[in-house]
Amino acid sequence: MSTSFLFLCLLGLGSFSFLFGRRRIRALSGAVSVKQHSRDVYHGSFVALCAVLVPLIVLLAWSGLSPLLLDAMLEDFLRRQSPDLSIGEMGVLIAKVKAYSVGSLPEAFANDLIRNGSDYFALLRSNSNTARSVAVILLALGGLAYGAGKLAPRFTARPAVERVFEVVMIIASAIAILTTIGIVLSLIFETFRFFDKVPMMDFLFGTSWSPQIAIREDQVGGSGSFGAIPLFAGTMMITFIAMLVAVPIGLMSAVYLSEYANPRLRGFAKPGIEILAGIPTVVYGFFAALMVAPFLRDSGADIGLTLSSESALAAGLVMGIMIIPFISSLSDDVINAVPQTLRDGAAALGATQSETIRQVVLPAALPGIVSAILLAISRAIGETMIVVMAAGVAANLTANPFESVTTVTVQIVMLLVGDQEFDSAKTLAAFALGLVLFFITLMLNVLALYVVNRFREQYD
Amino acid sequence: MTDTENQNVKIKARDVTVHYGEARALHGIDLDLNANEVTALIGPSGCGKSTFLRCINRMNDVIDGCRVGGTVSIDEQNIYSDAVDVVELRARVGMVFQKPNPFPKSIYDNVAYGPRIHGMAQDRATLDEVVERSLKRAGLWEEVKDRLTASGTSLSGGQQQRLCIARAIAVNPAIVLMDEPCSALDPIATAVIEELMEELRRDYTIVIVTHSMQQAARISQRTAYFHLGDLVEHGQTEAIFTKPQNQQTEAYISGKIG
Repeated sequence: MSTSFLFLCLLGLGSFSFLFGRRRIRALSGAVSVKQHSRDVYHGSFVALCAVLVPLIVLLAWSGLSPLLLDAMLEDFLRRQSPDLSIGEMGVLIAKVKAYSVGSLPEAFANDLIRNGSDYFALLRSNSNTARSVAVILLALGGLAYGAGKLAPRFTARPAVERVFEVVMIIASAIAILTTIGIVLSLIFETFRFFDKVPMMDFLFGTSWSPQIAIREDQVGGSGSFGAIPLFAGTMMITFIAMLVAVPIGLMSAVYLSEYANPRLRGFAKPGIEILAGIPTVVYGFFAALMVAPFLRDSGADIGLTLSSESALAAGLVMGIMIIPFISSLSDDVINAVPQTLRDGAAALGATQSETIRQVVLPAALPGIVSAILLAISRAIGETMIVVMAAGVAANLTANPFESVTTVTVQIVMLLVGDQEFDSAKTLAAFALGLVLFFITLMLNVLALYVVNRFREQYD
Repeated sequence: MTDTENQNVKIKARDVTVHYGEARALHGIDLDLNANEVTALIGPSGCGKSTFLRCINRMNDVIDGCRVGGTVSIDEQNIYSDAVDVVELRARVGMVFQKPNPFPKSIYDNVAYGPRIHGMAQDRATLDEVVERSLKRAGLWEEVKDRLTASGTSLSGGQQQRLCIARAIAVNPAIVLMDEPCSALDPIATAVIEELMEELRRDYTIVIVTHSMQQAARISQRTAYFHLGDLVEHGQTEAIFTKPQNQQTEAYISGKIG
């Protein structure tokens, strides 16, 4: 039976168990005068969970683990038939056998070894399948019988069911946390492998980035240099330009929307600005590369400036536009959270509206605004698509925004596209860059949280 | 219903109506308020007393959909005429709110805020003097003189309210409006502020909205009773509380309605 059919069977059995449990507890309670502990629906759920939970786990585990086991058994089988294959050849053979068994390898490429292997593999698979189906269905029926046997008017079905759901929720939140931990650990691990090949100081403080290294031993080519300073400098410059655009525009639009705009205008202007956040960054990217960068180059030429056609300025400007809704939306929320009584107090002293905003409202909202800006910076640092398309790939160490620069994220993309060996310094460098990037954005987010908690005024 | 018995009128309201959108909150109020007196506005919730108070410094202007009709004159000048600048008006008419609302700034900056925005102090020494004098008048100086740089929000509720009073009188207004200034305070803090009002009335005209009948009786020289957007009765506080002319007033002050 296929996985999906088994799954449907479990679903059907679960529904049946629920109805059965509910009906049974009604019958049991009706016969005696004891007050029932849990409501009918909990008894039904209890039986359903007994019937479904364990088989479901077995089904998932079996589906996940059995391919590994089957592959190992197939390799063992083939090894016995032809003991002198190299590891690479064995890998190719296994792939061929599997392809043949599902019919995607043409008959002409097959030999006896492949045919035998394929037959053996098909047998293994069908045995595993049958065993799985039997195990799942027996477990389900056994669970149903166990659950039904437990039912009694004084049986505490509700706490049992609620405990199960609590565990399910714990697992759900654990998945997110464990994934994060896993990613960070793999970043750290691969980064240390990178530092085996390239000294850490050369990476962090080197000023030359050219990761081209020989793919084959005998190839003519540089040994590569992995000084990340130009990348971080480029990232910082583009982020800085983006913030120059986004902070004033975002803040002023937030102030306008929360303090001056009438409710009707606010009603469509706020979602309108937030739509900016919904535009895919790749669209911003070609907007930057195809329209903004050429426009800047041409208008720069008109006033006698030389702009490269991929400039930090173009990428920074467009990224700034992209960041505007972050700053305006978050700042708008914190400005709105400033109590009206403070505005009234300032107005009653004869402060004009702009005095009230500058001297009372904005200072009160400042911690929130600062944290909005920090979050926007971490977003800008991690942004990839715009800079890939508009900023260029040349690792120039320059302070001139008219030149082409590159960023950490762009170089991670560049390192990983194309064919590489997984353990080459070039590939591992991507992990090191990723780790540093992660560290920087993490610190910014922690700082943002700290600022908010430390300086927030408590209004009741 | 004009008071003819006194010549010392500071604020003169004539046929004041207020609409919030379609709903009418005040129905043509005529009321004279005297200089150097405390006038208490009393009445059940929603009767329009706070709305009337906010007409005197045009704080209703900031509420969307609020329209004010009739005239309110201060020293014979209609504050609703086009010639009046609302910023300048509010410098003459200070206000203390129901909930203490110190700015999230230092105690010093809270008091100095008004003088600063109105350019009333040319140098630091003058400003220091204004801050000290205002805090002294508000009875807060002794408690805060050693920590003027501490945040205004770090004070207790009663201290915060006195800070707000100091802030309001720092710009030297002619009139101080108080909207239930003691409703968030305990009896001891309330007593301090009531004493303060008695002291302040020598220099200012004070209008106070209060829910406490005892407070109105203790501190005010005149009382006006509002009910459902109408001014039902007003006059000397003693007269209102001992022999009210109107049935409704009597019912309210004796606790039968409210």
